[in-house]
Amino acid sequence: MPEGLSYLPRLTRALLVGAALSLPVAVSFPALAAGIDKQDFRQIERGHYLTIVGDCAACHTLPGSGHDLAGGRAIETPFGELVSPNITPDPVTGVGAWTDDEFVDALTKGTGRDGTHLYPAMPYTYYTKVTRDDALAIRAYLNTIPAVHNEVNSDQLPFPLDVRMSMTAWDEMFFKPGTFEPDKSKSAEWNRGAYLTEGLGHCGLCHTPKNILGGDKTHKQMQGYNLQGWFAPNITNDPRRGLGSWSIEDIATYLKTGHNKTSAATGLMAETLNLSTSKMSDDDLTAIATYLKDQPGDPSNQPNQTQTDSAAPDQAIMKAGAQIYADECSGCHIGNGKGIPGLFPSLNGTPVVQQSDPTTPLHVVLRGALSVGTKPAPTAAAMPAFAWVLNDDQVAAVVTYIRNAWGNSAPAVSSSDVGKARQQLSERSD
Amino acid sequence: MARRLPRKDVVIIGLGWTGSILANELTDAGLDVVAIERGPWRDTATDFPISYAQDELRYHLQHELFLRPSQTSVTFRNNGSQTALPVRTWGAFMLGNGVGGAGIHWNGQTWRFLPTDFTLRSHLTQRYGTNFLPADMTIQDWGVTFDDLEPHYDKFEYLCGTSGQAGNINGTIQDGGNPFEGPRSRPYPTPPLKQGYGHMLFAQAAKELGYKPFPLPAGNLSQSYTNPLGVTLGQCTYCGFCEWFGCANYAKASPQTTILPVLLRKPNFEGRTGCEVTRINLDNTGKRATGVTYVDDSGEEFEQPADLVLLCAFSLFNVQLLLLSGIGTPYDPQSGQGQIGRNFTHQTMSGALGFFDKDKYNFNPFVASGAIGMIIDEFNGDNFDHGPLGFVGGGYIGEMQTNGRPIETTAVPPDTPAWGPKWKQALRDNYLSTINAGGVHASFYSYRDNYLSLDPTYKDRFGRPLMRITLDFHDNEIKMSAWLTNKYAEIVQRMGAKQVVNQYRKPPYDVTEYQTSHLNGGAIMGDNPRNSALNRYLQSWDVPNLFVMGASAFPQNAGYNPTGTVGALAYWSAAAIRSQYLKNPGPLVHA
Amino acid sequence: MNRRQLLGSSAVWLLLSSSAVRAAIIKGGIPWKPGAGDPPNAVTPGGWKYFTPQEAATVEAFAERLIPADDLSPSGKDCGCAIFIDRQLAGPYGRFEGYYMSGPFQKGTKQQGLQSPVTPAQQYRKALAALDKACRDKFADRSFADLSDDQKDEVIKGLEDGSFELGGTDSKDFFKLVLTDTQNGFLADPIYGGNKDMASWKMIGFPGAHYDYRDWIDKHNQRIPLPPVGINNHPNWSQ
Repeated sequence: MPEGLSYLPRLTRALLVGAALSLPVAVSFPALAAGIDKQDFRQIERGHYLTIVGDCAACHTLPGSGHDLAGGRAIETPFGELVSPNITPDPVTGVGAWTDDEFVDALTKGTGRDGTHLYPAMPYTYYTKVTRDDALAIRAYLNTIPAVHNEVNSDQLPFPLDVRMSMTAWDEMFFKPGTFEPDKSKSAEWNRGAYLTEGLGHCGLCHTPKNILGGDKTHKQMQGYNLQGWFAPNITNDPRRGLGSWSIEDIATYLKTGHNKTSAATGLMAETLNLSTSKMSDDDLTAIATYLKDQPGDPSNQPNQTQTDSAAPDQAIMKAGAQIYADECSGCHIGNGKGIPGLFPSLNGTPVVQQSDPTTPLHVVLRGALSVGTKPAPTAAAMPAFAWVLNDDQVAAVVTYIRNAWGNSAPAVSSSDVGKARQQLSERSD
Repeated sequence: MARRLPRKDVVIIGLGWTGSILANELTDAGLDVVAIERGPWRDTATDFPISYAQDELRYHLQHELFLRPSQTSVTFRNNGSQTALPVRTWGAFMLGNGVGGAGIHWNGQTWRFLPTDFTLRSHLTQRYGTNFLPADMTIQDWGVTFDDLEPHYDKFEYLCGTSGQAGNINGTIQDGGNPFEGPRSRPYPTPPLKQGYGHMLFAQAAKELGYKPFPLPAGNLSQSYTNPLGVTLGQCTYCGFCEWFGCANYAKASPQTTILPVLLRKPNFEGRTGCEVTRINLDNTGKRATGVTYVDDSGEEFEQPADLVLLCAFSLFNVQLLLLSGIGTPYDPQSGQGQIGRNFTHQTMSGALGFFDKDKYNFNPFVASGAIGMIIDEFNGDNFDHGPLGFVGGGYIGEMQTNGRPIETTAVPPDTPAWGPKWKQALRDNYLSTINAGGVHASFYSYRDNYLSLDPTYKDRFGRPLMRITLDFHDNEIKMSAWLTNKYAEIVQRMGAKQVVNQYRKPPYDVTEYQTSHLNGGAIMGDNPRNSALNRYLQSWDVPNLFVMGASAFPQNAGYNPTGTVGALAYWSAAAIRSQYLKNPGPLVHA
Repeated sequence: MNRRQLLGSSAVWLLLSSSAVRAAIIKGGIPWKPGAGDPPNAVTPGGWKYFTPQEAATVEAFAERLIPADDLSPSGKDCGCAIFIDRQLAGPYGRFEGYYMSGPFQKGTKQQGLQSPVTPAQQYRKALAALDKACRDKFADRSFADLSDDQKDEVIKGLEDGSFELGGTDSKDFFKLVLTDTQNGFLADPIYGGNKDMASWKMIGFPGAHYDYRDWIDKHNQRIPLPPVGINNHPNWSQ
């Protein structure tokens, strides 16, 4: 399995980077601009790498099926469940009979065969940034994987959402098609990071808040979104709620290994780690980190300033929370909240506990969490579930405490917040 | 009819310490390995989290993390004239179960044996003459030396992150460590644990008496540590719920906290839990193992063929499986013939209670760890002249109180009524100011009439005979133990105790009194098949594609906890399998 | 499957589809499930699950004398020792669950330990009935609970040294059983019904279920002023 682009010959990599610098779209070889050369292993391997960056498997591979990218996986959306289609080269049930243009259009315009619309669970709103050459490389790779006969009925949403024509109006409002345009005032590395983050990486699909119709709130890009029982945090450079306290290296290390000196990936991000980012090249991860560090997030947020939307928490609650923390949490997270690097995440000054939406700490406290294990960071420590020993008041107190102790600042959590979270989590099977 | 499964390169019976070590070593060598474990999966956050790990009733009194005797047990008698009866609930020893085995609930005391322990018979007869040893003592040399094992002790200690103070580095004695230990190549991976008041007071008194105290080497870590496999352990919080309990902080070395996160991610490893191996299968020559038969929780039988079989099921169950599978010759104590089952040993434990003035001494016994302690080794092994004493063997002595769990820590002065207001008063007055933790951890040498055999009457749930223990103390151990106890009591007195109550080990051996779970022997290692079951690489003399790990290999027990040596032997054997056996399967030693 | 499953790095499948099968394959990573765990079942007060009211009264009276009320602690009865014993007898301990209970049962030496098939629940039932009868015979038809404190103590001492005979039951064995169970109930975590308000722990100075003493290991010969907490009993958490 290729470990990112680093396996490619140096000259090739230089060309790729150089190409991004000098030409707006030419992240490709001149020889490939025309289409797919079935014998060009470099194109196939590049395509393979790009499917890892795009994390196609996360939706298109049913875990445990042994059939890569054959679809059939249920995807939870705020509007109901979708089932991913089969993108193996099977001519009947997969995309084997599609033309290259049809494939590229699906990826970058959200149009299926015969002009049907895809739902934006397929992140064409992000993949639109992908260059044609990269899209063709992905196609070239997909042509080589085993063809699996797996009939998938993708029309699973309730009426009227199953009427795909309704997507036309949605696209009108929320879809801005167009390939990535590099910013000439920024470095090649920044642009590579932008291309990956805004495009194949589709980070905003989870990390950008959505409006009621499921479109991105583009003015709040990557400032966090509540989905599937978690709150995917703010990943702008916001000093408190984003990656402001992380260095570029911290971000890259996190994406590569699942852990850095203060934080551990779990939940939905653990899957992204396992299937995608841990297999990307160090250069690409550094590029993404470079780009993210340059996203200011909410410009009104300054370091060490209390968020404007949260009052100082009730002192009695903080006192109770401190006691609960001392008895149940400090054994691992230590009295000062700093945990043990690589083993127990820090809560002191870390963004994940200071998001405006407390869903993630609530989820972790109530149900526990297994941190991801990767080859460089295999330990995969897990947090136990505390739902049985802490009632709603107590969860509210301790989570309010960790959100506001040690110089942290975030809105307090109420007992009814906890009750709702408990209820919602009990309805989930994952 | 057993369902036959696809062949694997290696089948490992039991996924405890040795099973995990061997599985990791052999998967690294590219082999396809399956481990069959009769107990459940266990892990920190799901089985012993910080919110309920500290439950004395559940884990200490009601043995929840241990093997249930209802699943399988052993029978016991002191000698051949008695009928062995089942051990219906554990007492003298606590048998493990589940992934991680005893690694989950051990104390963490991590020792190396002395160099002379490995050449015990040669050494003692050389120094004291053959007649000095009792005629029925069957100790022997191991076939390996301390120097053979040193790199593997090191490997195990660095796997665990053992916290300690080196005493002898490449021949140079180090201050603050054990001056008697065999030379080690480098310091321990982490510094020693901090000690409590009682432990330090003991050390002070010991120093005043001319001894050289040092901290007990601990598998409960003094600080966070990342081992060579990349697995990180946490820092001990001195919670006092260590031995017999799981650690909630990832601070106690176990397969879960040192190896399994790496092992389980390998595509060439598979573990099966809730599956009990009932038999090692042999071909019709009887000299080659073809794999194992096991039964899962629903009672369905499976056959797992493999080219290499590793028996890692704990000493007692190793021997039982060998006997049930018809491997080797069962030991007959009358004739002295047969290797399987002989030289069975335990550990000789004793100590003293030290009652101190409650207004002057507060030991806070509940602030402790499983391997906390200040120890002296002057009276271990042959570190001292036994000539005038009339016994052989020895042990380490120390203040190693690991807890203040109230149900276990109710020592009151003798003659205190067992109930009523005076009992309450005595409990209250002595709880914080009593040293209540044994004190002597001594050797148990092997004898002709201490052995393992299959029970003729009592069966497990599959109808297989239980392992029968025939075991009693001999005069040598009782004499040794009394002498060591007096030495310990002297130091406790020196600490300032107002009353010292010696607790000598008294025969006969009692299967209801806890004396560590260090059961050894029964499938011992040696230099030829007439005096052992295994060669120096733990390879069966009888079935060369079978290796038997664990303390069943010990020809006799030394005055130390066995786990360090068990780990070292596992690595030593793994190295031989990788560098010699795999290239040329067959007997590694011709004798 | 109707949810997008978290792949994580774990994969555990059941070996067979039949219910209640623990056998599992572990491959690919650390097995884990959200919310997994096996917390202790807290004893809920109210009623008796094993004892009859008469038996409960006897055991309560017993506990009250084994651990009498004084300025060190409330009595064993008021600490809930009888509740503890009742719930234990109604549970796995009462039926020797987990013990090797196959026959043949034969009398052995002291060193061979327990060799009787009589479970604690059965022992209590039998012995309490015998005690009731023996008391009524000796004390003008009064049951143990109705005796004066001095008389109760006299009976207990008689059980302890064997002089107070119970028909069909060994007095000393029964005394040891009740003493052990009462003291366990007194000293165990209050989640099991005894040690009410952590009275015994307060008495002896045991901080209970605290788990992190890193700040205290170096504080030699100093009192640790941590009020006790139990597994599910944290008075210090109240706001």
